[in-house]
Amino acid sequence: MEFLRPATWDEALAAKAEFPTALPISGGTDVMVEMNFDVHRPSAILDLNRITELRQWEITDGVVRLGASVPYARIINELSEPLPGLALAAHTVGSPQIRNRGGVGGNLGGASPAGDAHPALLAAGRDVFVEVASAARGTRLIAIDDFYVGVKRNSMEKDELILRVHIPVADGPQQFSKIGTRNAMVIAVCAFGFALHPKNGTVGTGIGSAAPTPRRAVAAEEFLQGVLAERGLWESGDLLGAEVIQQFGELVKAAASPIDDVRGTADYRRHSLAVMARRTLTWTWNDYSKQIRSAA
Amino acid sequence: MSTRTIAGQKNLQDIRTGSKDGIGGSPLRPDGTLKVKGEFAYSSDLWHEDMLWGMALRSPHPRANILSVDISEALKLPGVYAVLTHEDIPGTKFYGLEIQDQPALAIDKVRYHGEAIAIVAADHPETARRAVKKIKVEYEVLTPITTEEQCLNPEVYGYVHEPHEFKSHGSGNICHSQKLVHGGGVTDEIRALADVIVSGDYEVGMQDQAFLGPESGLAVPAEDGGMDLYVATQWLHVDRQQVAPVLGIPEEKLRLTLAGVGGAFGGREDLSMQIHACLLAQRTGKPVKIVYARDESFFGHVHRHPAKMYYEHGATRDGKLVYADARIVLDGGAYASASPAVVGNAASLGHGPYNIPNVRMEAIALYSNNPSCGAMRGFGAVQACFGYETQMDKLAAELGMDPVELRQLNAMAEGDSMPTGQVIDSPAPVAELLQRVKDMPLPPPLDLTNLDVRTLPGALSNTTHGEGVVRGIGYSVGIKNVGFSEGFDDYSTARVRLEVIGGEPVAMVHTAMAEVGQGGITVHAQIARTELGVEQVTIHPANTEVGSAGSTSASRQTYMTGGAVKYAAEAVAQALIAKGRKRYGWTHNDLSLNGGKVVSESAGVLVSMVDLLGDDAIDLTREHHHRPTVPFDKETGQGFGHVQYTFCANRAVVDVDVELGLVKVVELTAAQDVGKALNPLSVVGQIQGGCTQALGLAVMEEIIVKDGKVRNASFTDYLIPTILDVPPIPVDVLELPDPNAPYGLRGVGEAPTVSATPSIVAAIRAATGLALNRVPVRPEHLTGTL
Ligand SMILES: Cc1cc2nc3c(=O)[nH]c(=O)nc-3n(C[C@H](O)[C@H](O)[C@H](O)COP(=O)(O)OP(=O)(O)OC[C@H]3O[C@@H](n4cnc5c(N)ncnc54)[C@H](O)[C@@H]3O)c2cc1C
Repeated sequence: MEFLRPATWDEALAAKAEFPTALPISGGTDVMVEMNFDVHRPSAILDLNRITELRQWEITDGVVRLGASVPYARIINELSEPLPGLALAAHTVGSPQIRNRGGVGGNLGGASPAGDAHPALLAAGRDVFVEVASAARGTRLIAIDDFYVGVKRNSMEKDELILRVHIPVADGPQQFSKIGTRNAMVIAVCAFGFALHPKNGTVGTGIGSAAPTPRRAVAAEEFLQGVLAERGLWESGDLLGAEVIQQFGELVKAAASPIDDVRGTADYRRHSLAVMARRTLTWTWNDYSKQIRSAA
Repeated sequence: MSTRTIAGQKNLQDIRTGSKDGIGGSPLRPDGTLKVKGEFAYSSDLWHEDMLWGMALRSPHPRANILSVDISEALKLPGVYAVLTHEDIPGTKFYGLEIQDQPALAIDKVRYHGEAIAIVAADHPETARRAVKKIKVEYEVLTPITTEEQCLNPEVYGYVHEPHEFKSHGSGNICHSQKLVHGGGVTDEIRALADVIVSGDYEVGMQDQAFLGPESGLAVPAEDGGMDLYVATQWLHVDRQQVAPVLGIPEEKLRLTLAGVGGAFGGREDLSMQIHACLLAQRTGKPVKIVYARDESFFGHVHRHPAKMYYEHGATRDGKLVYADARIVLDGGAYASASPAVVGNAASLGHGPYNIPNVRMEAIALYSNNPSCGAMRGFGAVQACFGYETQMDKLAAELGMDPVELRQLNAMAEGDSMPTGQVIDSPAPVAELLQRVKDMPLPPPLDLTNLDVRTLPGALSNTTHGEGVVRGIGYSVGIKNVGFSEGFDDYSTARVRLEVIGGEPVAMVHTAMAEVGQGGITVHAQIARTELGVEQVTIHPANTEVGSAGSTSASRQTYMTGGAVKYAAEAVAQALIAKGRKRYGWTHNDLSLNGGKVVSESAGVLVSMVDLLGDDAIDLTREHHHRPTVPFDKETGQGFGHVQYTFCANRAVVDVDVELGLVKVVELTAAQDVGKALNPLSVVGQIQGGCTQALGLAVMEEIIVKDGKVRNASFTDYLIPTILDVPPIPVDVLELPDPNAPYGLRGVGEAPTVSATPSIVAAIRAATGLALNRVPVRPEHLTGTL
């Protein structure tokens, strides 16, 4: 097995072009487990740990450009204000050891429906982009809605690597909830990300572990956006009312297409998605109302 | 953590307490820091020049005929030294703890998912892995026999072991059974005496020991044609007894040394890689190491028997139990392992620590094509306790009584008789233990003003900020036997040597006891210090050069091997004093060893041990046999079957998110009588660990088997409690000495694992109002989404 250790981003892209079957490794928290379980016997491994860009983030023009290898621990410590949903999701990932190693790039690279970053990224809005690059064609931005294409499959080409993710700075409250059958270090039975985007009057949702890919609850988003607009709630911050919350939960539930597996039943996944949707909506709306009222 | 040690009224007076690190002290374990820092050498770290790596090919099918095995492609791979099947076994082909019904390598058929068919030795683990993939096996896949209904109708569904090859005590697909009748049994007349009757069907899932150190060891062929085996096990001598005949060598030629053990909990009582490594080493003439990967570990050891149980209790209006009836069906899987002993425990302990005038019980273990089940902490008693304690709560509810009072009203005490007719002849403070957990202060109520999600169900998963959270409290008490039962003489041997090293008297303790994390070696040193009045004690590596120490299981090691160390040390002390009498003509009858000296209570210090010993060493070996027991009568279950009983009571406080079905155990209190705490810190650790494993069974731990196939052979999906799942566990330790036991001690390790599960489920019931007749309780059970 080849072990490639490029020192720069360009070298990494060149290596990936030369060895398209080389498996990139960042934190290794997925890669090493899969090798241990004999899922992969890659011909080559491409170690990305020497590339500094991958471990940096910056905020420009109201967008966080998050390096693919910035570990979850740093997202929690450094970015919970601009990226509250992702930081909450990061909190739920694995254990301290995993949060010190693993990052969003690895989550996206694996594209597992159970990856916890995905619902938060989807909820963060339609302007979230994964910035990938190849030696041959340079850089391109993949909209998050186009990124997940199948079970553990993303829309990247063989010669591409993830450089960073572009996520708009939060302009409203965001939440993330995840069901696991123990209180820490657990793969999601299902998860839900939710964000209010008062600036453009939209809301974002993300469902994890309840469909072949992470997905958005589109009908739920549209329903809620409609209610918020029609009733002038963005301006008033008034109570949503139990019916709206209930209906939102039902639409989120309907957006899922879960299966029965060892982690949980499809029924439980649907049920708990509805509960999480209602609760996260309530929490974010309460926060938003408070903001509106204290501003008024 | 709060710890209270209460001296019993009958506490032994004659315990010398010269050294603070003697018995009753809490010297730290020598392996603790090493393990925490990752420096402890486990069996998986074993290394030998020139060694090969062994690996097994395992069946993907739970039941199949093997039509052919083609090893030729595997043998051609460079770096492969041997590929063996059952045809290459030089000795007997079967082994087993009690019943030799398990082939060392499958012969013409496989009976469970993961059964080993062939083994490979290669110069690198990767080569071995590739070679395993090149072995071609042709299977005729058969429908597995997995349900009780299928097992009990072998003429329709087939035999796990064909009648002509059946080796167990039962018949058909029943591996073992035990009935019990006490008083008038359970008849219509007896039933008529009860004012209230409650009954229920209960189920316990398949728990795994989930030890962290995978099965591993190193077999080194010796020049004398024998074998040296370094292995992580629970009982060196019983391994030797099972391995030597398969290798076709006399037992003396197989020498075992204990390697670093990373947890056991019963899962290392059966053999795993021992025979395979030795066969490969024997064939290749080279040292062979085998280390299981995590997934293989789930196939490589037995699990806790899943159980289906029916219980019925009748009581008078004022809460006195009139009768109890039970049937316990344990799924033993493909091979017998410890099933007979598990059945014996379930039948004899299955009605709990209660006085019940009329009892009927039937316990059976099935053979099936599910994974083999055998020893796991508290076996037989754990499953039953979930049944009878759930019944006690049901009965209390039916009678409108307080559940603790109902239990206390019926609690057995010293002098009472078990349903087996065995009189309990040492303290049995069942009612008091319950009172103690009840009297402990309750944790503060949930405080939503100062929200820390880590304290809520779901914790950092951020599923609730208080919504749906309901608190519940539950109680339970359980009974477990200590030591091997039913006529088994599981004696222990200890060798103690006393000599002067570097101008100081030094004791050496040599036993074959498997230190699996229970703290046995720490206790051995404490015993030697106390008995010999020395500070320096070395522990000889555990091996088969000394006699058997029995198994590190059944809560027995401190009692049995600790007892043997005590007796050997006493003999050494007497020999030393005799030497002094001979040399100095002492006539005192009040001599003892203390602070490195021979001391007379009346005349003071007589001589230092250094002077008395000079260049001599005193080196003596003693065996410790517990009092004899007898097998239970097969039909009536009567008999003096158990060595000692142990009791633990628990109170669980839980918060349940009733909408999401997520549980946070807030506190789990334990009260246990330990007779005498030889090492109080270890005792509390054992009780907390036992409670934690019980918590795992209550809310998360289960091997999921579908149609005979294991679905979650990984720590990703077989979940064990993390630190955020383990609550504070205040422990109240009673010390009421057992006059039959060394130092009056009582085995500690299992009782909390027996008793704590039902208390947690009772608390969840209190919070949800649901019946919950199955463990582990899953979110689906709490939300009606199964
Ligand atoms: C004990 C444990 C607990 C876990 N718990 C969780 C959890 O709760 N939630 C969760 O979501 N995940 C969990 N995981 C999975 C894992 O930690 C996450 O998926 C993590 O985000 C992976 O990041 P990494 O940097 O370690 O990825 P790696 O393992 O290095 O890589 C993962 C995948 O992404 C690819 N990749 C990595 N970087 C790039 C790049 N720059 N460009 C292109 N491809 C790339 C790799 O080739 C590989 O396919 C857990 C893992 C373990 C071992």
